[in-house]
Amino acid sequence: MTESVTTTATAGTGTGRPFLELKDLQVHFPTDDGLVKAVNGLSFTLERGKTLGIVGESGSGKSVSSLAIMGLQKGTQAQVSGEIWLDGAELVSMSVPEIRRLRGQQVAMIFQDPLSAMHPFYKIGDQLVEAYLVHNNAPKSVAKKRAIELLDRVGIPSPSKRFDDYPHQFSGGMRQRAMIAMALMCDPQLLIADEPTTALDVTVQAQILDLMMDLQKEFNSAIVIITHDLGVVAQMAQDVVVMYGGRVVESGPVRDIFYRPEMPYTWGLLGSIPRVNRGGDHRLKSIRGTPPSLINLPNGCPFQPRCDYQQYVEGHSCVAEVPELLQIGTGGHRVRCHIESEQRSRLFAEQIKPNL
Amino acid sequence: MGRYLIRRLLQTVLILWVISAITFFLFWVTPANPALLICGKNCNTETIAQVNATYGFDDPLIVQYGTYMKGLVNPGGRMIGTEGSERKCPWPCFGESYQNGVPVWDSISEAFPATFWLATGAAVLWLFFGVLLGLLAALRKGKWLDKLSVGIALFGVSFPTIVFGYLLLFTFIVKLNWIPFPDTANAALFTVGPAKWLQFYILPWITLALVFAALYTRLTRANMIDTMNEDYIRTARAKGLGEGTVVFKHGLRAALTPIVTIFGLDLGGLLGGAVITEQIFSITGLGKLSIDSVLSNDLPAIMGVVLFAAVFVVVANIIVDILYAFIDPRVRLS
Repeated sequence: MTESVTTTATAGTGTGRPFLELKDLQVHFPTDDGLVKAVNGLSFTLERGKTLGIVGESGSGKSVSSLAIMGLQKGTQAQVSGEIWLDGAELVSMSVPEIRRLRGQQVAMIFQDPLSAMHPFYKIGDQLVEAYLVHNNAPKSVAKKRAIELLDRVGIPSPSKRFDDYPHQFSGGMRQRAMIAMALMCDPQLLIADEPTTALDVTVQAQILDLMMDLQKEFNSAIVIITHDLGVVAQMAQDVVVMYGGRVVESGPVRDIFYRPEMPYTWGLLGSIPRVNRGGDHRLKSIRGTPPSLINLPNGCPFQPRCDYQQYVEGHSCVAEVPELLQIGTGGHRVRCHIESEQRSRLFAEQIKPNL
Repeated sequence: MGRYLIRRLLQTVLILWVISAITFFLFWVTPANPALLICGKNCNTETIAQVNATYGFDDPLIVQYGTYMKGLVNPGGRMIGTEGSERKCPWPCFGESYQNGVPVWDSISEAFPATFWLATGAAVLWLFFGVLLGLLAALRKGKWLDKLSVGIALFGVSFPTIVFGYLLLFTFIVKLNWIPFPDTANAALFTVGPAKWLQFYILPWITLALVFAALYTRLTRANMIDTMNEDYIRTARAKGLGEGTVVFKHGLRAALTPIVTIFGLDLGGLLGGAVITEQIFSITGLGKLSIDSVLSNDLPAIMGVVLFAAVFVVVANIIVDILYAFIDPRVRLS
């Protein structure tokens, strides 16, 4: 209960903890080339019925964090430390058999590419049924009924017929719907969606997001949505965590991140959204440089080698020390940057905002 | 499915016809003089002329080919010999051996059971141990069990069958006397009973299975490692399934698919004869029959054995293709 800033009244667990709380999560992978520091101190909280968006480019530690919540790195080489509290239970120290009971039941995951995430040799329906039967001591007919119900609920036409189809017989959007149905088989309280719409075209993407929001209202589940698409975050999430190099560099309510961002990396992300309303002559903007190596993270601020605003920091703190993730204002907006907060607001207003 | 089967069967007939034609013409252009081979030591101009007349070696090649093909496609077989001394050669007639005058088909059907038991018994062994070792190695990737399996597999692949077979023979039969010397009579399961039969086949099975078991270990290991890294395995775990279900139902099921293909083709190939193993353990199977007929220039026997072996390879191919459609729903027969 150290730094919980969220109101705990809605937690409903009686323990006073938020529904989901990550504290200083670290995930490291030893490899032949050295220790890959994929996640370095990730903390956030999430209540039921709310959605948290985690954004960042490839290799920023988004997916690895979500797999850590599922405990899917247990039994591998990965070194996971820190705390993950879900509904009053701590998951990092939990044994595999214990966390296996939570997987699919309390926490379910929607994966990015449903063609490779579903088993090609088994019928869609059977894969859904399997997800139900592993946690429920029920006859297969009950599971099948539930599967058909959910396939119907996620908008698959003639679900009792499509029950017997194989994944390759579904279209991309339908597969993603089926994937969502599979995740919902056991009424999970927490849904982790790892790039749920990345493989889909924009129309289908919007339908899937609408569906997820509807289902969230219906099941009152908490959703963690991992994406690099800021549009998805703006539509879905109440809170946003921006990750870079395995660290949170900025976090807060979605309005703060979009309208008052203070971290140069977030500025870069916002600046790189393609705009259709601004004539065709502009090149797509990108953040210069490449994501950092997670084996040799840069000294000091992880974003420092790509940051264009280091001249606003006195001395050499950008290359010397990792900035703290400090709270600004009262709304839960936190930023990890050496530039003074007022200076950052001014830079955003003068240099960034006019170009967005 | 029905149309597919019919098309495949027609293809099979075509392939077999091409193979039979090639073997026929290939062997008939060899410098061997069949009449000389048949009359052996008693050859003189008269006997040679007589043999030529009996077997039609004087006829144009195309006529001889027609006679040969008639024996293969005519359900009644064909006649061999001249007027008065004719004898029937029942279907499928590959002709008579130059060595002993026995119809080739009789030799083949006599040799086949030994080869069949040898190949299927070895196949059971190598499939079981190959897949088991490969699976364990994949699940313990990088651990000592994995290194041991990979080591055994490397040994098995690189150890020549002829050396390994004779090593087994000398150790267990000659030196230790655990197993009696191979007696061809014991090759028949239904006349000698399972105990003698097992004794007869156990060393040949191990010999033949070693190389295949090693290959299957490596194949299973590689496939399984790939499969366990697939997204759908992560999905299976994310559902909360136990590791056993994840490994066997989701992992092994997918990893074994390519092994089915290879297995069908390997077994099909071996049913045509395992030359080295049969030679080492004096098994009178198709492998030994082929070697004997090659060494004695027994052309009808060679053609018969080649065509017979080809049938197994081609049929194994069809079976594998059909099986594949049942194993992998993404495969459609068309």
